Amino acid sequence: MDRTAAPAGSFVASVAEIIGRIEGEPDRLVDLRLEASRAFTAAGLPTTRQEAWRFTSLRALAETPHRPAAPADAEIADLTIPGSHRLVFVNGRLSPGLSAAEDLPRGLTLRPLAGALAEAAGPAASTIGGAVDLARHPFAALNTAAFADGALIHLEPGAIVEAPIHLLFVTVGDGEPTWSAPRTLVAAGAGSQATVVEHYVGAGGESLTLPVTELRLAAGAILHHVRLQEEPRSARHIALQASRQARDSRLDSVALNIGAGLMRTDIDAVLAEPGAHAALDGLYLVEDEQHTDTHLDVRHAAPHCTSHELYKGILDGRSRAVFNGRIVVDPAAQKTDAIQSNRNLLLSAGALVNSNPQLEIFADDVRCTHGSTVGRLDEEAVFYLRSRGLDRATAESLLTYAFAAEIVGAIPVGAVRERIERHLVARLPQGELAREAF
Amino acid sequence: MSEQTRIIEDFATREYEHGFVTEVEQETFPPGLDEDVVRAISAKKDEPGWMTDWRLKAYRHWLTMTEPRWPNVSYPAIDYQAISYFAAPKKKLESLDEVDPEILATYTKLGIPLDEQKALAGVAVDAVFDSVSVATTFKDKLAELGVIFCSFSEALREHPDLVRKYLGSVVPITDNFFATLNSAVFSDGSFVYVPKGVRCPMELSTYFRINAENTGQFERTLIVADEGAWVSYLEGCTAPMRDSNQLHAAVVELVALEGATIKYSTVQNWYPGDRETGAGGIYNFVTKRGLAEKRAKISWTQVETGSAITWKYPSVILKGDHSVGEFYSVALTAGFQQADTGTKMIHLGRNTSSTIISKGISAGRGQNTYRGQVKVAKKADNARNFSQCDSMLIGDRCGAHTFPYIEIGNPTAQMEHEATTSKIGEDQVFYCNQRGISTEDAVSMIVNGFCKEVFKELPMEFAVEAQKLLGVSLEGSVG
Repeated sequence: MDRTAAPAGSFVASVAEIIGRIEGEPDRLVDLRLEASRAFTAAGLPTTRQEAWRFTSLRALAETPHRPAAPADAEIADLTIPGSHRLVFVNGRLSPGLSAAEDLPRGLTLRPLAGALAEAAGPAASTIGGAVDLARHPFAALNTAAFADGALIHLEPGAIVEAPIHLLFVTVGDGEPTWSAPRTLVAAGAGSQATVVEHYVGAGGESLTLPVTELRLAAGAILHHVRLQEEPRSARHIALQASRQARDSRLDSVALNIGAGLMRTDIDAVLAEPGAHAALDGLYLVEDEQHTDTHLDVRHAAPHCTSHELYKGILDGRSRAVFNGRIVVDPAAQKTDAIQSNRNLLLSAGALVNSNPQLEIFADDVRCTHGSTVGRLDEEAVFYLRSRGLDRATAESLLTYAFAAEIVGAIPVGAVRERIERHLVARLPQGELAREAF
Repeated sequence: MSEQTRIIEDFATREYEHGFVTEVEQETFPPGLDEDVVRAISAKKDEPGWMTDWRLKAYRHWLTMTEPRWPNVSYPAIDYQAISYFAAPKKKLESLDEVDPEILATYTKLGIPLDEQKALAGVAVDAVFDSVSVATTFKDKLAELGVIFCSFSEALREHPDLVRKYLGSVVPITDNFFATLNSAVFSDGSFVYVPKGVRCPMELSTYFRINAENTGQFERTLIVADEGAWVSYLEGCTAPMRDSNQLHAAVVELVALEGATIKYSTVQNWYPGDRETGAGGIYNFVTKRGLAEKRAKISWTQVETGSAITWKYPSVILKGDHSVGEFYSVALTAGFQQADTGTKMIHLGRNTSSTIISKGISAGRGQNTYRGQVKVAKKADNARNFSQCDSMLIGDRCGAHTFPYIEIGNPTAQMEHEATTSKIGEDQVFYCNQRGISTEDAVSMIVNGFCKEVFKELPMEFAVEAQKLLGVSLEGSVG
């Protein structure tokens, strides 16, 4: 281990030695944390010389020491989802007062990791960290080494939970740069069904959120998953979502990236057994100097699996979007059906898109396609609307709204859908009209 | 093969033959590379001082560079000190008996006559074809129009100003590891200059190059089309080529001035290595780039069926307003072949457009990668790009990979990229079988259909041969 590489006053030096500890955590996790800490120290902060970070510079972060976020209070009144089961974490720590996790339906466990890890035979203790590739994801390694709490959602086999499960992570800054590492583990038993909303918000100050979410779907499980990130512009958000799916399971996941000055989301999806299906969609809505980076890595490891990805982006101001979608089809994964699409709409002259869809295919009996488009609104469509009496601003707002609607309309939780619609309305010059017209 | 093709083939072989015959005696340098070797190469070729300095500059820069590791190919490390950078022509074989029987079988399938076979395989032939007259006629016709088409060494002697002006203007000596190495030690190559407003009346081909010689492993090509000129250039040939040099690092530079058009077609069929083990194949690491000024057009067409490893990205810098770039490619990997190929379209001027059609076919244990970049700079208003990358897999031990890089910095740009991967349908083969077409012919037919969009861009003679070549290259991988 080469600790001399991190100069004092750098980000790495400020976070490298921190190893978290949760009361009663299993030895396996203690070892894993050490391994993760070593992995992070060895790798250091990624630079643009590394392929996976080529278009996302962390130079500003590298020179900013961060300290762990201190406990704080938060106000969440307008953030709740009516009728949901809810856990709220403020700066990575459970806030029991804000949470609402009593009266849970049968078969659902929703509790902080802190208690759950102490149960040696429980799902948390036995599986946590299993889906995370520490070598490829230095920030996930940092999270693994340091996380002090997080959420566990466990569904008994056959459990069907109607109400959405809302995990709200609030980052409250205090002037100095702080960081937190929330952790989520969702273990869906065979044949279970649920809807989970991961929700990241924040207030004030320079902050860094490094969430890691593991999704494990047993045979036949169906999981609807929404990832909503609306942190303030002063925040950086670098997340990993790692999923692993067993036979005939179905994951419908949508990532909505709206907030933060710098956001990077890595999504690792493994289709491990035949018949699994993953739909990984996303929308990024960025403006000003925002920088969004999505790295999808979908691995087909078994035959007869399907994966569909649709990522749409709307860019304004001097924002920049990076999309890197990789589909790997293993030699064993015959009859794979994989479709990936990345569509970008540029609203301003200063916006920049890097779209890199990738296919790596080692099986011959497959159907794999990817497509990528970048452009502005279709002038003919604008003309058509204008010929019907709409002014330019309204016509463009309507078309932009419609562009996003394909993703927004499919969000399974009404309250989240409305939040996104409000964001869209706020960003478009004639957004309110567009929403009404739509 | 049509009569026309046959005639061209005949010419081709003769000139090739001629090239060997007129080769002057040369010594071979001992393996190794240092400044003295670079100087010695330059001295051998009697180059002007600036050329020697240019080579040395490249060599010094090369020392600071490291070999790229990012391509999706694997090969044992190359020892650059174990290569001889100036070699005498290959020793002639005594008879066809000494040639690899597999290669001979391929010649027969491609329908190459016996004399041509000898020439292609590098067997000494006593009967000298009457090629001088052909070459002379050809040369006269070009000279009449002011077209310069000669070897690089000759160009340095006869037209040093032109060479000096354009050499390294598209691929600078600092460009990349292999291009820089080439700049330091390149042996020879071709030089073409088409004057203002001249439409070159015939397709220029290395076949016909006057005084063709064994250009060796570091070939350098420079083509300049002056304002309003038009030229079509053919490189390579369909017959399998064997070479004792495993590493080939060529550089091709195209300069299309205002309103000019350059069409560059390649058929590459270097020895792909042993079918069972993959040993001994050629490493083909090529840098090809064109610079298109105002209203100029550069079109690359390539059929890559040979080499153990192909690593090349024929690119176009669309510098001038309204310039056009095109890339049509068929890359086939069978046996143990690996290909990492594609293109770069750099849109700098306004109203520029580019088209990319890439067809990758993987069979056997072949690994085929498309890697391309489309970049639209901030000021490139109304840039337009259409990319299509299709892959076809034959068998379950091969791989097909697609890595497009798309960087768009202008909202008026319109960029579309599509990629698909598929296999040959069992139903398609069955349909052909029940019509009495053997499985092998059916596959060849379907693959040719898959590649049609690219083949139609090839000059006619090349297209016919390329189709046949695909069928031959795929042999043994179906079943």
